[in-house]
Amino acid sequence: MTTNPQDIAVTREREYRVGRPDERDPAVWRVLEGVLDPEIPVLSIVELGIVRYAHRAPDGQLHVGLTPTYSGCPATEVIRRAVRDALDEAGYAGAVIEEVLSPPWTSDWLTESGRRKLESFGIAPPAHAVASPRHLFGAPVIRCPRCGSASTERVSEFGSTPCKAHYRCVSCLEPFDYFKCI
Amino acid sequence: MNAANGRAPLLDYLLRLGDTSLVLGQRLGEWIGHSPALEEDLGLANLSLDLVGQARLLLTYAGEVEGQGRDEDKLAFFRDAPQFMNLTLAEQPNGDFAQTIVRQVLLDAWQVETYEGLSSSTDTRLAAIAAKALKESRYHYRFSSGWLVRLGDGTEESHKRAQHALNGLWRFTDELFTADDVDEQMAAAGIAPRLSELQPRWSAHIDEVLREATLVRPASAHYAWHGKRGVHTEHLGHMLTEMQHLQRTYPGAQW
Repeated sequence: MTTNPQDIAVTREREYRVGRPDERDPAVWRVLEGVLDPEIPVLSIVELGIVRYAHRAPDGQLHVGLTPTYSGCPATEVIRRAVRDALDEAGYAGAVIEEVLSPPWTSDWLTESGRRKLESFGIAPPAHAVASPRHLFGAPVIRCPRCGSASTERVSEFGSTPCKAHYRCVSCLEPFDYFKCI
Repeated sequence: MNAANGRAPLLDYLLRLGDTSLVLGQRLGEWIGHSPALEEDLGLANLSLDLVGQARLLLTYAGEVEGQGRDEDKLAFFRDAPQFMNLTLAEQPNGDFAQTIVRQVLLDAWQVETYEGLSSSTDTRLAAIAAKALKESRYHYRFSSGWLVRLGDGTEESHKRAQHALNGLWRFTDELFTADDVDEQMAAAGIAPRLSELQPRWSAHIDEVLREATLVRPASAHYAWHGKRGVHTEHLGHMLTEMQHLQRTYPGAQW
């Protein structure tokens, strides 16, 4: 369950055309979809929205742009190595992997399937689109990923990784992680 | 040129930003395993991680501007205190939890306004780093200002400690907005925001949170600190001794 799925979809469609298979080279995207986030291993890096592009330059050289979620996220380097290994193995040795800082990553770039997988993994997905003005009106409802209750409370703004905060369900009493909106 | 040391002003400016993030990040890291509660242990460690990440981006850029082949690690681990250009406030010891939170609020508000200004810098690389860091610093400010309100408007003891910390650290805030020739040249080139324009915005954040926290803003001390010129309080040297110990003992050691 999410608060404003339409908002999120519209925002993503309008502003951020990332994480979308490049029709010119769908095979490369399939390889990238096979690379999982080391800290949330149900989520591919495409679903996380950190693959900014994968395209061939006029000289035929493959360029893959990755953006970090947080400046200090230790998973960034692990992901870079995993992408290199996956591309090498799939016959794309020599691909140029570039770090893209601008525009900065936002949790709005999580794909719809990424949001579903987070929830089934026990992590509440971001409750609103950062780029939507709706979040200015009242605190978002964060539902318990286990029992679906809207009666939850924040334990801490921070959690086990930079991208998560720590919540507790008042109904089923289970603690859970919440994927921060940023 | 920076008249004081003959270096490119952009290099000095990047070192100031990067060193402030690095030193503050290291200070927060000192809380790991010692925080009042597990949640705050995680919180401060997360702040630290973001700050060290920002420092890596800024110091890597500084190393490239310098052109002497020094990377982020060389700059972090093989400079002595006088070569660090961080704000003096960032190196102040953690003290009790109130002192850490007051230091954090003052610097988070400064980073939010600084990065906001830098995100439209004429230097596109710096603008990209700032736009990324801005999101993190806003989140940090939410955490630190929330805690300051809880401490200030909390028990008699927590109020007393928060006010005491504020009184002790306030004298270091003048440096945040005292422009020297590096700041002037950066502003003139459109690379950095003018410090005189940042100050009222920073002040508005601070006044608002202090009011909510029922704390009294101390009178200005008008004392000149020069951390950003490499003149530090004694605390930085002690901190670096610990931070740099491994690389100084085993230069170039890797995981």
